[in-house]
Amino acid sequence: MKKSTYIQTFCLIENNTVVLNGKELFASKLSPSFSAFAKELYRELGFRYPKFFKMDHLSKLTFLAAEVLLQNSGLSETDKKQIAIVLSNKSASLDTDRKHQETIQDPENCYPSPSIFVYTLPNIGTGEVCIRHGIQGENAFFVFSEFNPAFLKTYATSLLQLQKAKHILCGWVDVDKEAYKAFVYLVSEEGTFPNDDAFINKNYTNN
Amino acid sequence: MQEVYITADAIVSPLGFSSEENIRCITEEQSAITLHKNTALLPSHFFAGIIDEAELNMAFQSLGNPEGYTKLEKMMLLSLQKTILDATVEISDKTALLISTTKGNIETLDPKNPFSEELAYLPALAYRIKSFFGFAQEPIIVSNACVSGILAVAVAKQLLQTGCYENVFIVAGDTVSKFTLSGFSAFQAISDTPCKPYSKTRNGITLGEAAASVCVTTKKPNGNCIQIIGNGSCNDANHISGPSRTGEGLYRSIQSAMKEAEVGATEIDFISAHGTATTFNDEMEAIAFNRAHLETVPLHSVKGYYGHTLGASGLLEAIVGFHSMKKNILYTSLGMDELGVSQPINIIKEVSQQNVTTFLKTASGFGGCNTAVIFRKIAH
Repeated sequence: MKKSTYIQTFCLIENNTVVLNGKELFASKLSPSFSAFAKELYRELGFRYPKFFKMDHLSKLTFLAAEVLLQNSGLSETDKKQIAIVLSNKSASLDTDRKHQETIQDPENCYPSPSIFVYTLPNIGTGEVCIRHGIQGENAFFVFSEFNPAFLKTYATSLLQLQKAKHILCGWVDVDKEAYKAFVYLVSEEGTFPNDDAFINKNYTNN
Repeated sequence: MQEVYITADAIVSPLGFSSEENIRCITEEQSAITLHKNTALLPSHFFAGIIDEAELNMAFQSLGNPEGYTKLEKMMLLSLQKTILDATVEISDKTALLISTTKGNIETLDPKNPFSEELAYLPALAYRIKSFFGFAQEPIIVSNACVSGILAVAVAKQLLQTGCYENVFIVAGDTVSKFTLSGFSAFQAISDTPCKPYSKTRNGITLGEAAASVCVTTKKPNGNCIQIIGNGSCNDANHISGPSRTGEGLYRSIQSAMKEAEVGATEIDFISAHGTATTFNDEMEAIAFNRAHLETVPLHSVKGYYGHTLGASGLLEAIVGFHSMKKNILYTSLGMDELGVSQPINIIKEVSQQNVTTFLKTASGFGGCNTAVIFRKIAH
């Protein structure tokens, strides 16, 4: 039997703005680079997690989006530790891959760094979120040419049906050079918002 | 719940361009790992399992012009071509294409590479495979570090169980590149000998390259077949590049897969483990297997044959397991001499005949990810 799914909470981060459940939560008054914006948002929301500053851009974006979502999810600590995280993007870890490539490009001056190389996988941000909240649930990272909410819904539904998770943090987290966008949402069997393409696409594009 | 089966498989590796050739080499304990002196890849000598590109081009000629494709694409296309031919299912709008890779065409980031940098985007690679075989559906790419290959099998099973698809073709691949060699080398993670999983003298990974593919379907094949009966993928929530000291995520993944499969520890005949030959990974696995009461189950890592093939490894290693089930043969865990983990595990030391009905495949990777999948042989 197919289960109905709903969205409890959703969060969009793009253009130096954070939107939570359709309402603006934070907008930078400056028009900074992603790294300056990420730092500003981190301070504005009162996070205290020094490891944040070691992360690459994709992990920072994943971390911030998940943080805003989970802080406003109303989930108990126990439920939070058991959520599944199913994220996706287009550029995988290419933003950091290019940085690693720069360190090895010149054979005369080849100094690859473990602290960059470790971020050359798109699921490291998921790992950072899991460490932060002690989440030991299901994980998967998918790559598509564009945001694919229908696929994420299918996959989330299968996790619910197989009783692998009760709540699934789904979404899109992409960083490519200076462009970035995160749209994450919490899918459960109960919730306020519909988990359908029309609702998701409307809020993904913030129209 | 909908039952899901594996019907065809193909491995393209330095040991051969078909599963049969690969299994023959493994039966003879022949390894793909050799010493390489290629300063374009790494300044110092290194051990790796690398496919001879001239041989690959020769094999690829029946599919297309070898000049027009990257090495990874040729490996993946060659492998998938064999699986499609063997699978005897039609590619329709109910067929999904699932691609597993960690780094894809990463070498195209190098300005000296003849191919466009755009091919470094994983969807660009996926579309080239999609259009080559005429798949109708949008390709699905799994890129979840070193569990990608086996996670793709779990994903295929779950997608088929939703009823949205009838068949899924999975192709998994990664190459040995300057990108990964330099990175793991910076981590001091590369072994100065061919890797020795679980050995007391192990000191790191050996990299390898391969492509592997399978057909996963809801249609029960005639005769003996392999069913996917349980899966789990849990995070350690411990460290992004170091495994959990308690094996928590792997233990939970195994428990989740066993619960779904409704099998106990005594029903598992064989474990195809991850066994990268790093000090911490192999130790972590031994702890997790003991917590799951699997310490007496015969176990191997095939990294001693291929090295670590990253996004291909989970699927490649599962295919070796399918052939164990088909032939009722346990294959040696190459590179093992004296056990070098703190908890007992039952490493397969020589090729032996044994009934294999149910087997567990596991993998773990950066980001704290782990995956376990259980397969069962169904007699006709």
